[in-house]
This record gives sequence, C-alpha cells and structure tokens, in this order.
Amino acid sequence: MMNATLPHYDVIIIGAGSIGTPTALYLSKAGFKTLVLDAGPSVGQGSNKKAIGGIRATHSDPAKVRLCLRSIEIFSNWQQEYGDDIEWYKGGYMFVAYREQEEKTLKDLVEKQRALGLNIQWHDSAEIRQIVPDLNPNGCIGGTFSPDDGNASPLLAIHSFYTHALDRGAVFHFNEPATALVIRGGRVVGVKTPAGEYGADVVINAAGAWADQIGQLAGITIPVRPDSHEAAITEPVARFFDPMIVDIRPAPGSSNFYFYQHLTGQIIFCITPSPNIWGFDTRETSEFLPMVSRRMVEVMPRLRNIRVRRTWRGLYPMTPDGYPIIDWTREVSGFLQAVGTCGQGFMLAPGLAELLTRMVSKQTTPEDDEVLRYTSLYRDFGQQELLK
Amino acid sequence: MADFRIKQHPILPIPEEKTIEFTWQGKKLTARAGETIAAALMANGIRIFGYHPKDHSPLGIFCANGQCSQCMVMANGKPVKSCMELIQPEMRVSPAEGLPELPKISPAAPVHPAPIREIDIPVLIVGGGPAGLSAAIELGRRGIRALLVDDKHRLGGKLVLQTHRFFGSTDAVYAGTRGIDIATRLEEELRAVPEVEIWLHSTCLAVFSDRKVGILKEGEEYILVKPEIILVATGAREKFLAFRGNTLPGVYGAGAFQTLVNRDLVKPAEKLFIVGGGNVGLIAGYHALQAGIGVVGLVEALPECGGYKVHKDKLIRMGVPIYTSHTILSANGKDRVESVTIAEVDSEFQPVSGTEKSFACDSVLIAVGLDPVDEFYKKAQEFGLPAYVAGDAEEIAEASAAIFSGKIKGLEIARSLGKEDQPVPKEWYRTGEILKSRPGPAHHEELPETGVGVAPVIHCTQEIPCDPCSSLCSHGLIEIDKSDIRSVPKFIGNNYCCEVCERCVAGCPGLAITLVDYRANPTLPVVSIPYEFTREALHKDDRVTVEDTEGNALADLEIIGVHSIPTSDRTMIVQVQAPADIAPRIAGIRIQTQAITEPMDEYVPHLSDDTIVCRCEHITAGEIRALIRKGYTDMNEIKIVTRAGMGACGAKTCDALIHRLFREEGVPSDKVVDYTKRPLFVEVPLEKFAGLKPADGE
Repeated sequence: MMNATLPHYDVIIIGAGSIGTPTALYLSKAGFKTLVLDAGPSVGQGSNKKAIGGIRATHSDPAKVRLCLRSIEIFSNWQQEYGDDIEWYKGGYMFVAYREQEEKTLKDLVEKQRALGLNIQWHDSAEIRQIVPDLNPNGCIGGTFSPDDGNASPLLAIHSFYTHALDRGAVFHFNEPATALVIRGGRVVGVKTPAGEYGADVVINAAGAWADQIGQLAGITIPVRPDSHEAAITEPVARFFDPMIVDIRPAPGSSNFYFYQHLTGQIIFCITPSPNIWGFDTRETSEFLPMVSRRMVEVMPRLRNIRVRRTWRGLYPMTPDGYPIIDWTREVSGFLQAVGTCGQGFMLAPGLAELLTRMVSKQTTPEDDEVLRYTSLYRDFGQQELLK
Repeated sequence: MADFRIKQHPILPIPEEKTIEFTWQGKKLTARAGETIAAALMANGIRIFGYHPKDHSPLGIFCANGQCSQCMVMANGKPVKSCMELIQPEMRVSPAEGLPELPKISPAAPVHPAPIREIDIPVLIVGGGPAGLSAAIELGRRGIRALLVDDKHRLGGKLVLQTHRFFGSTDAVYAGTRGIDIATRLEEELRAVPEVEIWLHSTCLAVFSDRKVGILKEGEEYILVKPEIILVATGAREKFLAFRGNTLPGVYGAGAFQTLVNRDLVKPAEKLFIVGGGNVGLIAGYHALQAGIGVVGLVEALPECGGYKVHKDKLIRMGVPIYTSHTILSANGKDRVESVTIAEVDSEFQPVSGTEKSFACDSVLIAVGLDPVDEFYKKAQEFGLPAYVAGDAEEIAEASAAIFSGKIKGLEIARSLGKEDQPVPKEWYRTGEILKSRPGPAHHEELPETGVGVAPVIHCTQEIPCDPCSSLCSHGLIEIDKSDIRSVPKFIGNNYCCEVCERCVAGCPGLAITLVDYRANPTLPVVSIPYEFTREALHKDDRVTVEDTEGNALADLEIIGVHSIPTSDRTMIVQVQAPADIAPRIAGIRIQTQAITEPMDEYVPHLSDDTIVCRCEHITAGEIRALIRKGYTDMNEIKIVTRAGMGACGAKTCDALIHRLFREEGVPSDKVVDYTKRPLFVEVPLEKFAGLKPADGE
C-alpha cells in the first residue's frame, strides 16, 4: 500500500453537511469515536448553506412526521440546552388554496395529517387572512395552517452542531474527499482519502447530492440525483407575517413556490422547478427572479416593495419517490445510508441524527423500525409522495 | 437651519437654484431640484441619516455611490439609498431606525405582472466613465450598435468630480484639460454617434449563466439584455480601513467627499482630516481647500506619499501638514466625528506608543486605495459570454489611462466584430502602459541662472506621465521626450527668448511652473505664480507667505497683481516682487492659516473597540480575528458565524479588510477561501422583477 495508515474510528461520516454534522454530534455524545470527511473547505459548504431554513413536521407519512417532530423538539430547545442562538422561530406553515384542485388536495392531506396526530387545520379564506392579513383575498378559498412548525438558520444550526461535536471529540477533516471504501469480506473496514487510509467499523454516507458517487465506491447504486433549485433573500424588514406560505399551484417553470420571513426580518423564497433541473449546475439563471416574483406579488401584493438582496441555487438530493433513504446496505455490511432527503435534510437532520446514532449502537426502538420500513434502500420506488 | 451649500467656487459654476421643499422628521426644509436626497440632507446640515438596527449606532453617508447602503433613509414610507434617489417636492424623509416597515398595500389591490423585456445588442458597455465613453465612441464611429448603461444620472463617471487639469498625454488623452470638461467633451462626441444607445440611472444587476445581463433601466424597468460582447468598464471601489470609530458619521470615502463637494456643491465638512497620500487623497485635499474647507492634515503610513510629488508639494504649500509614516488610530466623537487621533508607525507599520496626537476635525476622508469592480467581468468569463474589461475595472490607474484603455478596447471589440481592418497600433499599447505607470524617481530641482531677462522655473522633478507643458510654450522652449512622456520637462531656451505669455504658468496641471521676470528690476524680479482659488480671496497689496517647492516659507511679500490670461481656464496668476535670491525658489503661496492644523493639547484616547470590518452588519475586527486565531480559513464560514459579508453591500467593503486581517495573523493567502460572490449587485424591489408598473396597484 502506498497510502499511510491513519487512525481507526468507530464511525466515519462522509459529508459534513446538514445530516453528517449533527450525526457526528450525537455519535460523539454516545461515545463513538467519529471522523467526518468532507471535500469542501469548511462545514456546510455543500447544500446546507443553500437551504432556506423551513422546518415542519406536517408531512404525509409517519416516517418523516416522526423524525421531524423530534427535530422540532430539538431545534426549539436548542438555545436553552446548548446556549447557541440558531434563530428558531415558531411561525407555522400555511398552504394556501386559490383553486378547487388545491383545496381538495390540501383537505385530503389534512385528514391524513390529523390522523398522524399533527396539529394542523383547514381554515377558510377569512380565517387564514386573520392569520396572514396581507394574503390576496381575491379567489382565496382557504388553506391549512400548522402553528407548531417553524424555521431556523441552517447556517447557525449546522455551526452549532459542529462546534458541539468538536467539543465532544468528533474529528472533522475538510478538503479531504473520500476516494475509496475499504471492503473486506463483505464488510466496510475503512475509507481512503488522498491523505491515506482510515480504519472504521461503520461508514455513513451523508453526502447529500453526491450520495450516489459515494455508494458507487462500494459498487452500490443509490437512487439519488440532484435537482437544482433557485432561491433568494431580501433586505430585512419589520415582521409582518409569521408562517411559511406555500402555494402548490403549478405555473410555467415551477410546480410550487414558498416564502417566509426569517427571525431577522428577511424574506427568503424559492420555487420547485418544473420540469426538474437535473444535475449539479448551481450557476444563477435569469429566469428565476421574474418567475417567482410575479407569483409572490400575486399572492401577497405587499411584497412588491421589498428589495431583493441576493439569489443562489442549491441542490435537492432527490429520490424517485420523494422519501429519504435511511438504511444499512445489504451488499456491504457496516455501510449506512443517510441520503436522499429531497430538500428536507435540514428539517430532518437532528431527529435523523439521533436515529442514526441508535442504528449504529443497535438500540433502535419499534417506532424506529417502523420509520425505517418507509426509508428502506430496497423499497419499491414507484410510489409518489403526496406533498413534497 | 444651517446652510452647507458651496456659494462660490474657483472652478465650478454655481447653478441658479430652483428650490423645492421636503420634510425631514416632519420639519420643512429646502432642497435644490434634481439633487439627491443625501445632498439635500447634507446641505441642511444633517449628518446622521439613521441608526444601525444591530447596535443603534448613528449612520451617515459613506460612499455616496450606491454601493454601501449606509445612507438609507425612509422616503415617502419606503427605504431608499439616499445617495441614489433624487429628492422630490413634498417628499417625506425620515431616518432609518431599526427594521423598516414595509409599506402597507391593500391585499386586494390588483397586480398585473408583465413579462420581462429582452433586448439583443451587439455590444453592451457597463459603465459610462472615461473608459466606457471612450470605447463607445470608437464603436459608434465604426457604425457598431452598442448599449451603454450607467447607474448615475449623468455620463462621465468620476470625471465629473475632477475639477483639476488632467495629467497624461496631450496627444492621446486631453491632458491639461479639467476632468469635468473632458467628461463633457467625451459625452458630446458620443452623443454625435447615433449607433450608441445610452441608458442613464440604469444599474447592471447581474450577468446570468444563460449569458443574459439583468439591468434595471432608469430605476424602473427590469430588462434582460443579450449582448454578443460585454465590455465591463465599471471602474473601481474604494478600500476601507479598520480603525476605531470608523463608522461614525463624518467618516467618508474620498469618492463620497468629492461627489458631495464637486457634484452636489455641498460642504460635508468644515475641518477635514485625510487618510492616505496617494493621488486620490492628495487631490481630494486640494478640492477641499478650493471649496473653502479646512484641511487639518494628511496621514500616510509609508515613508513617502504614493501620489505624484507635484500633488503633494502643492498641498503642503497650501498649508496642509503631511504626516508620513503615520497612521490613524481612531476617529473620536459621540454621534459624529469630533477629533482624530494619529500616531507614528514603525517599520512594521505598528503604531509607536507615545507618539499619539489628536486633531480637532469634523470629518475624516479615507483614501487608502481602490479595488477593481470586476465581478461582472468574472461572471461573464465564467459563463462564456465574450467579455472585455477596461479602465480601473481592469487595473487601477489614473483616469487618463482609463480613457486610453477604453479606446483600445473599443478598437479591439470592433476588430473582433469584423468592423475594423486595421490592428490596434502597437504604440497605443505602449502609450497605455506609460499612462498607467506609477510615479518614478524624483530628481534634484535645478534652479535656473538668475539675474537677467525672463525664465520659467519648473518645480516638477519627478518622472510622471504628463506632457501638457511641452505644448504650451509658443516657441517650444519646454521640452519633454515625446518617446516617453514620463521624462522630466526641461526649459531649453535662454533668459532672452521667453515672451512672458505665462501659458506654462497657467497650464501646468501640477501648478509647478513659475516665471521670474528680471527685466524691470533685477534685484526685485516679478514672480508669476499659478493660483486656483476664487479671485475674491486675494487682492493686490495683500501680504502672503511665499514658499519653495516643498512648502518651506521663504518670505512674506505683497501681491502686486492678480490676473488671468486668455488660456487661463480659471487658473489665476498671482504676481509678487521678490528679492532676487529667493525669487526662483518661489513655487507657491500659503492658503491656509496654521491655526487649523495645530494638534490638540492632549491626545484623545478611544476606549471602545468599535473597529468595524463589515459596515453592513457591524462586525468588528476583534470578532473576525478571534475566528482566524481559532483556525478559520474559509471566509464563507466566517460569514456563517458572524454575518460579515451577508449585508446589503454584498461583501464589497469587508472582503479586502478580512483578507488583510488574515495577512496580519500570518495566514498565507493561498490557504484562505474567498467569499462566494452572488448577484444582485444592488438591492432591487421585487416588483421590478415581476414587471409591475410603478403606479400599478398603489
């Protein structure tokens, strides 16, 4: 071997992003000697810093609901427990309906969500406009509101996960990509990088949009590919609405759009491109601002005067069915996948990080096992999520 | 209310005032129609425009160039950059305090989004300063369709602030003509070619990956321009400096100061202190004196000023002390600058304890260098849009160099479009390089033989690219090597061939030529001295202190006359009768009394650590330094933790300062990861991207 033999770790996480970083914290807390490898120069430089910060438990399946309910608990108590301000704000989520189709979709969904124990309700037009007075009343049928959801700063949150992980002994190596997995007897035993070879009992793939490349190091196809979404932020203004507003009406170029006002006053907004824009291109386009702006001023005319400050593009690591992949690979043991979060990595992360820690320490609960059935790498990916 | 308008100026005409009324915090004030909100406020003595939402510290105007967002005010209920928006009759203006309230609009108000117009154009020129104008003229003359956009309300870029005669080459770039007049000439030449469309008050916002360029036309309509070629002539932005108290109202960038004084004709200061001895700082000092503003002193950290020696000498002669090997420690004051504290620096540029001095002043001007505004060029290159760059956006140099660089780039573009057969002459590139060159060595001043006849004395001893004097003498008696105009001028006549036309005296851009006439009285010859202050300031029989080239007082003498000559162009000639032994040494007259430049009895210590690196988010040098010492090398991570670079300006100010902190902490530059730069160039209301008409829905 040309490569230097480097220390052995209990767990090596590939990717210091939304998922890998809190996972390093919880694994370290549980006593695992943990190394995080990342090709980028510092924490969260992949898709985490592109995330807009929405956090909701109001999904349509029990797996994400359970993980995100736990995430919300962690995010909302974070400052108390760890002392760091991550700009958590419990503003809720509001899905608005301006057509009968969306009214029906949302009402059907609310039934399911309430059955899952979520605090969400359908409100008629007058009611939702009491919650958000600046919504355009013309044609507004109503919408759902889930007051327990919220938002936080992905940037501050990941940095807090990172510093507390460091405090608990986790090791982070930046500018150091994983170039090969060392597999012996069907079991992963280490990771190679340009610096040498590290031994490991467990390797976690938390490489986000690059998940399939990491899977391929073990010869395993991970059905994750990036969809490039564009977002923007405005100047800060005094607070004038609380929830994340989501409009799921399709329009040319976008299948939906959403925006919220961050704790520090800025409006952050983005679209889901339609058709999807597959690939790793994150260079800014000229289409995004006109496309999203016209939709925003129609739903909330008051936004017309707010000044747009900056735009960027980030990658949604998409699975074919919209659900994440959280699973041990069957082909190679000790290789854990925590990928395919479909743009919801940040909100899933702390709950997911705890689950991954239980998986590594073989202490999963029956509820966990139920979650993991939904997130299997070996499921039929033909189903579609109701609400992405 | 106080009136801070400039009522007379030796160079600039004072326009007839058409006044309008507006209110500031409900109080009625008067403005000049067509001026910016910032100018109107400054003219009324208002220096505090708002308070920072983070620490409630007072904010005033800083860049006056639409870049920094420090001058935000509320105008008719909307937050605006006061330096970019024009004042309107009955406008309600108030300070920005805390987060602004977004104007309320009826949620049922109909909105009518419209598609964004797209325009094809062979050449898009971003920036209508010296480089952009020159390039546009070359293109237009060859019948090439081009669109020139500039974010200001008039063409000329920084030329419109330059009241002094330009250096450089008379043949190539109008040397000897004042910057303001070059702007007019270039504009007239450009307006004569119909192929070039001009959009003023039109800001380039972004170059996108689909090679479209987003432009906010006339502040109203967002348009996507699809050029075949883009020429980036966006000039430079000023470097900022980290010192305590550096965000106090009264701390200005040099460009802001020149904008307020020379464009807006308002006095932002009574007593000014200058930081930086390059040409920008030296010239700004001269402009301040011309506007009747006292200049308390100038500090330069290096042992020598980096600007032209003639500029430095001129300033010293006017009575401005220059402190080389000194730095600014702090700007002091509660809500605005009241004093400045400086200290000597050692060879490592560290302040030497015990050398602190303070000066009473109300303003500090920062002129510590410029950085190219090159982000559009870099994006265009990245996205494969054929791109050219000219002027300061390519390389920081004098405006004369920018004029010539624009001309070359214009021709290069014409050739690439097949509209010009001739290659760019080789000597043009050489001329371009000469114009960009930094000042060379200074030679010993040679004084002519004295006693008889008439002789000019050339107090210009440094090798700089400048040649107007050589074309001024009708007998060609002042010679500069035409093959390299950086050589020092020489008088090649004898004391009997000068006809005393005084054109060299009035026309030297450095005010560095005098004439000594012994004919009437060989023991008390008449000395003609150039002078660019208002005629009212000096009279026959006034006593003045005359000085040698470097500002040493020689004598107190009576003025025997003040006159102009037909080619004077606002430069006066003052004559004194001087004893023969000192006459050739006389280079200028002291303008400013010494009292204003005296240090305070005791130095003013600055106790708080408010050395701001990120002006937008008010992040201190200490906060950044602490992270660097923890091992942070990715500026994007520093941004995540501190918000430095996340503010309105888009890291335009803090970028270079943080790099400097890395250097100071011994982190090699190849280890430092740069900020990722993203659009937009400036903040723009959402409605513009939605294609809403201004009155729509309101």
